[in-house]
Amino acid sequence: MIYAILRRFGQMLFVMFGISVIVFLIFFATPGSDPAARIAGRNASPEVLEAVRHSFGFDRPLYVQYGLMMQKIFVTGDLTSFVNRGWKVVPAVLDAIPVTLSLVFGAAILWVVVSVIIGIVAAATRDSWLDKLLMALGLIGISMPVYWLGEVMNLITQSRYHDTWLFSWVPPLGYKPLMSDPKGWFLTLVIPWITLAVLYIGIYGRVLRAAIIESMQEDFIRTARAKGLSETRILLRHALRTSLIAFVTLFGLDFGALVGGSALLTEVVFGLNGIGKLTYDAMQNLDLPMIMATVMYASMFVVIANAVVDFVYILLDPRVRTS
Amino acid sequence: MASLAIVVVIVLSCLSAPLYARWAGVDPFTSTLDAVIHIDGVEVPVMEASTEGLGLGYTPIGPTWELGNYFLGADNQGRDVMARLLYGGLSSLMIAAAATVFTLIVGTTAGLVAGYFGGVTDTVLSRLLDILWAFPIYLLAISLSIVTITAGISIGPITIESGSLWLPVIIIGIVYVPYVARPIRGQVLSLRNSEFVLAAINLGVPGWHILWRDIQPNITTTLIVFVPLMMALNMLTESALSFLSIGVQPPAASWGTIIQDGQALLYTRPLVALAPGIAIALAVMALNVFGDGLRDALDPRSKVQLGRT
Amino acid sequence: MMLSVRDLKVSFRTEDGLVWAIDGVSFDLDEGEILGVVGESGSGKTVSLLAVMGLITDPNATIEGSIRYKGRELVGLPAKELRRLRGNEIAMIFQDPMTALTPVYTIGWQIAEQIRAHQNISKAKALDRVEELLAEVNFPNPREAMSRYPHQLSGGMRQRAVIAMALSCNPALLVADEPTTALDVTVQAGILDLVRKLRATHNSAVVFITHDMGVVSELADRVMVMYAGRVVERGSRSALFADPRHPYTRALLGSIPPLTGEKPRRLPAIPGSPPSLLRLPQGCAFGPRCPLRYDACAAEKPALGDGPHAAACLLEAQA
Repeated sequence: MIYAILRRFGQMLFVMFGISVIVFLIFFATPGSDPAARIAGRNASPEVLEAVRHSFGFDRPLYVQYGLMMQKIFVTGDLTSFVNRGWKVVPAVLDAIPVTLSLVFGAAILWVVVSVIIGIVAAATRDSWLDKLLMALGLIGISMPVYWLGEVMNLITQSRYHDTWLFSWVPPLGYKPLMSDPKGWFLTLVIPWITLAVLYIGIYGRVLRAAIIESMQEDFIRTARAKGLSETRILLRHALRTSLIAFVTLFGLDFGALVGGSALLTEVVFGLNGIGKLTYDAMQNLDLPMIMATVMYASMFVVIANAVVDFVYILLDPRVRTS
Repeated sequence: MASLAIVVVIVLSCLSAPLYARWAGVDPFTSTLDAVIHIDGVEVPVMEASTEGLGLGYTPIGPTWELGNYFLGADNQGRDVMARLLYGGLSSLMIAAAATVFTLIVGTTAGLVAGYFGGVTDTVLSRLLDILWAFPIYLLAISLSIVTITAGISIGPITIESGSLWLPVIIIGIVYVPYVARPIRGQVLSLRNSEFVLAAINLGVPGWHILWRDIQPNITTTLIVFVPLMMALNMLTESALSFLSIGVQPPAASWGTIIQDGQALLYTRPLVALAPGIAIALAVMALNVFGDGLRDALDPRSKVQLGRT
Repeated sequence: MMLSVRDLKVSFRTEDGLVWAIDGVSFDLDEGEILGVVGESGSGKTVSLLAVMGLITDPNATIEGSIRYKGRELVGLPAKELRRLRGNEIAMIFQDPMTALTPVYTIGWQIAEQIRAHQNISKAKALDRVEELLAEVNFPNPREAMSRYPHQLSGGMRQRAVIAMALSCNPALLVADEPTTALDVTVQAGILDLVRKLRATHNSAVVFITHDMGVVSELADRVMVMYAGRVVERGSRSALFADPRHPYTRALLGSIPPLTGEKPRRLPAIPGSPPSLLRLPQGCAFGPRCPLRYDACAAEKPALGDGPHAAACLLEAQA
């Protein structure tokens, strides 16, 4: 057991190491991409270029540069921006984390609750008009680009219908901290939560419906019927419970990916200064250390989420527990 | 099959983009701020002086609902949105299709090699795929784009200019390689250990022959099922990257860049951003429905899902 | 008479047309009696008992006829009332113990769930009862077995757990659907012993579905042989084994090796295969495979006689 945990931990470290190396190589060793030229500007003289190269340490061997960067991100935490020299990158990332977490947590609660209800109702009323309607809505949710949906939401709630009773409560775009302004925090996030959740409601509703219907064909459902249990109990305690294994796996991976940067589009559209927005801004002025830091942070989250999924999987599925 | 019909209609309309532009007499790639058009015989400038705020600036003309005559209005450079929509769709479809081909080729090769040869090759490839898999896709795409979008890329004899449509193709293609390689590897691995393949190996049949004759037919179904779903996913990814201005570069258009252009006009001329979004949703939905049907028909047990991003 | 089934018909609407899985089956069962139902797969033996249990949930299925349990008509009974009988008065044991239990709950939990579905007792009391039951079906360490998940038990142990579950509410009628087919021969014998013991201690009536004449000869009081959705012969075990009247029964008996005496070099197999229910022959369904068929067999469906030992065969009618 301890060996398995250590092994899993080793895997996590390996994946993070791999990601950091890949990102580093992409930024600093891609043919034709000279970070010094990027910082110095397009028409910099060779002398300026040389000075920049030296001052940023690009003239040292790659592995030294890599080592220094990792040290600055994880050990000393004093990596500074290429664009605003002196601006420390790690605190900026730490400041952005609560924003991203607020967005993703709220959306996750919304999508889990709604998609579980949709999945159960659709499976229970299989092939009825209600089932077909829910699945069609889910498909629409899956097919809309999330940033576009966000813009449509903004168009409706900030502009076209902002002055009606329906959306007059929607505050201007931006993030309000939970601690100092809980009401503002909630109100500013409602629309982003819905926007982000729509896609996942579509996916999870469909996945859960399919999984429940598959479980309902199993022999143990017939046993449950033979036991004289009610259809509701069979659906919830037997079919749904066994379907949740796939659902939870999916959830862990998506949650990790979202906290690790996939919520970027939603953050950009709604002006929320989370990890994704930070990366986006850094991308626009080519601030490589900042992107390096956000990517490392993000991959850490994805890797941790994967490990948590494995753990929850063990809790949910006794068959995995003993083997 | 209605879904397939929708896909075909969308593809055909986008292919007709040059015809539409010529017929309408517009150039969708250069700004035409001083153009004047006729609506019901009345001359109207494409860019109207703004009546809001200080009266500075211009507002592009709204939809005329007259085909060939700024049907959906103009964007903030006075370009015909309808013509751009068709051209944009063409790039979106081409990029999505090319990226799908790229992903399928690279992913299948990686999956085949890893699954068939096993051992060290498998370990190395699988670990690489693990890393790629754990990479948040948008961050990977952003990292790749940053380096390539400004300077292009040159590896050996191959040089791709910045602004080339091949860049988003390759970026999107790379990002989704594990999505194909992993299931293919698993499938090949189980085929590799099946009795008929083991028998063929014992008989001394060459490896490439086994791959082609015994293994290829078995994974082809999976690949076919992948195509429409992958297309849908790629269209969404392409549009997102273009929206973040790291996909298709101006003056070229894709549905994502048009939505980004329309962002500035969202509250005045919302149709500029709405129309391409509806087009994406329609195309992706049709592809998903078609792919779903294809999967149910060809490979109902497969776990390929739609909308995974 | 505890269970009385009359002219039971079950049909399924399929893409290829209406299929009669059961076509006019009648039988009776007394308290404490063991009825063996024999036939090849697809003969309708399982479907007829699923119908008795009210477990045919396929929306394309239609059930006609009469099923009376202790004088009460079960066909058309509201789902809620049927549920009160199921698992409580009528219990069922399934063929494959590997898949019959929900994989994510412990054995104890699953048995207690059934008890508490029918009896208003506390969880602790229910678990005490589970322990008794597991001991009754010969679990060496019932307390410990309760906390086991299905996949942690062997096939025979799982089948014992399923039997314990079926017995949990002291059912008056137990339906066992090939409970030994998926098990090793040595384990089979233990399960059969168990069924016999249960009849003695609980005085439950048992319907034992099997395709194995050997099992029937050891266990059953009376036997019913089914073919293509109909009963072709019924009678007491002794009568049927001593004097099989239907050619199909004879063929079935011919295909079990004799327990004593010299073993034949090869077991005689029944030539051909059971007919598709979609394309049943006009006359006797067994006709095409029957060594004794004559012209009339193709024209007329033979009816089952009334006596205690009867066969649905034209030769029978002549005799």
